[in-house]
Amino acid sequence: MTAQRRERLGQAALWLAVAAIVVFCLFPFYWLINTSLKTGADLSSANLLPPSPTLDNYTSIFKDSAFTMALRNSAIVAGSVTVVSLVIGSFAGYALARLHLPFKFLILAILLSISTFPPIAIAAPIFEIWTDIGLYNTYPGLILPSLAFGLPLTVYILASFFRDIPRELEEAALIDGATRFQAFRKIVVPLGAPGVVTAGLLVFIFAWNEFLFAITLTSTPDRRPVPAAIAFFTGSTQFEIPLGTISAASVVVTVPLIVLVLIFQRRIVAGLTAGAVKG
Amino acid sequence: MEASAERLRSARGSRRSVFRGERRLGAAMLAPSLIVIALVAAYPIIYAVWLSLNEYSVITPGLSRFVGLDNYSEALSSSAFWEAMKTTLLFTVISVGLELVIGLGMAMIMHRAFRGRALLRAVVLVPWAILTVVTAITWRTIFEPELGFVNTVLTSLGLPGGDVVWLGEEGYALAAMILADVWKTAPFMALLLLAGLQGIPEDVYDAAKVDGATAWQRFRSITLPLLAPAIAVALIFRTLDALRIFDLPYVLTKGANGTETLSLLAQKELVVNRNTGLGSALAVLTFITVMTVSFLYIRFIGGNIRALAEEEQ
Repeated sequence: MTAQRRERLGQAALWLAVAAIVVFCLFPFYWLINTSLKTGADLSSANLLPPSPTLDNYTSIFKDSAFTMALRNSAIVAGSVTVVSLVIGSFAGYALARLHLPFKFLILAILLSISTFPPIAIAAPIFEIWTDIGLYNTYPGLILPSLAFGLPLTVYILASFFRDIPRELEEAALIDGATRFQAFRKIVVPLGAPGVVTAGLLVFIFAWNEFLFAITLTSTPDRRPVPAAIAFFTGSTQFEIPLGTISAASVVVTVPLIVLVLIFQRRIVAGLTAGAVKG
Repeated sequence: MEASAERLRSARGSRRSVFRGERRLGAAMLAPSLIVIALVAAYPIIYAVWLSLNEYSVITPGLSRFVGLDNYSEALSSSAFWEAMKTTLLFTVISVGLELVIGLGMAMIMHRAFRGRALLRAVVLVPWAILTVVTAITWRTIFEPELGFVNTVLTSLGLPGGDVVWLGEEGYALAAMILADVWKTAPFMALLLLAGLQGIPEDVYDAAKVDGATAWQRFRSITLPLLAPAIAVALIFRTLDALRIFDLPYVLTKGANGTETLSLLAQKELVVNRNTGLGSALAVLTFITVMTVSFLYIRFIGGNIRALAEEEQ
């Protein structure tokens, strides 16, 4: 075998492998879209393409108030978790990145270990506490426990982004008479904007995806977020599910996330690796 | 002489006050985050321990009595707990193992595919961006006995297994759950490892090639050791995630047919059976399991990460 032929064979094998990755990653989601476009009768066939494609499943979920309420609930909860995490997390991220403080390593270690807690260990007592103090089945009752995971993530990512901003810019502002906090607000936050966007995206995705609190701490459709609502649709027994509409609902709640991820893929990868490796 | 000493003292003094000011600012900036975390993470865990030491009346809400470790001995002597422990550990070991192998393979392919790498990276992020609940629904539509993809393909190809109800049988159900998890998270693993691969200088490989090292030798003695820190981090993240899995089995099988994990069992006891004491004990046991594993990780492979963190500073 000549070197050239081997090279060409290697290239072919590489592209085959790339194709395999693409199919592996996309096929299951394609199957979901396929199911969502089938009519009731076609649902019991497994065609690769819907025999008579229809948007009926989509129109019917938007007529269902449980689904539209779930979208609203998720937007409110995930949006609030993101905003609160970014505001108070950016303070903490700056303090840990820039200020001379004792116990810095300890604080980082505590934050990291909290993000590894199993959510059930927090959901169990919070279920009891919320029932006692009236936060069960409310928006704040859903937002607060998600902060336990959203905040450490934000602080980690922001600290690692803020650390990379050149100190000189901040020092110049201090010499010009700015206070430390003004320097943070006017220099570090704007320059760290990519980090803020990254952290915001990751926290939003986390909060949108959050399921254990959503299902444990709500009881009515007017407070139930999307993941809990989808799980709730699936019926009490294992196989008794309105597959067409569930698939349509699943596609609707996933497409915005996929669009976000495709637009911001570089940022997201940077954030994931910053959170994971720089810890 | 005198004057310069004076200047030095005042400079030192102002420096100290700068530090003090900085500490005050730092404390003020850290306080909101630390207070929130204390309220929504630290306090609940401590309260969970307290709840688990009591027994609660089902008939009269609010009535409880201290029972010590009774809930724990009940949990530890129940077969449901050990079944859930077995399921959780089996799921974690197999799915994280597969994710590492597949993720590493994907990372190496992505690393070599220069044209279209950005596109490939976007494709790989799709499973990661899909809600776990939706992942479970997706795999249910694939394993559905009548219209599912798997059964149809097996039947039409005349292969055995066309009439198996995959999610309805012990063993197969866990395998399906593992497959769904691997699909969702192997790409994430691949991205973490790709970042590690991109940090390895190309000329190390060129030098090895000149020395006549085979592809396998280059992988064994260059790629793996240099990638070890990235692998360690990815393994820790994925292991701790897998140990607390809840949403996937909840939607895929509701914990039926040997897929009940520790989190699922604790949540069921707490919310469905309204057994606060036992439910809390199970939640605390889940917590202890996860913390023990993360301690072992840090003990045995954490050295890598610590070294990395110090390098960073």
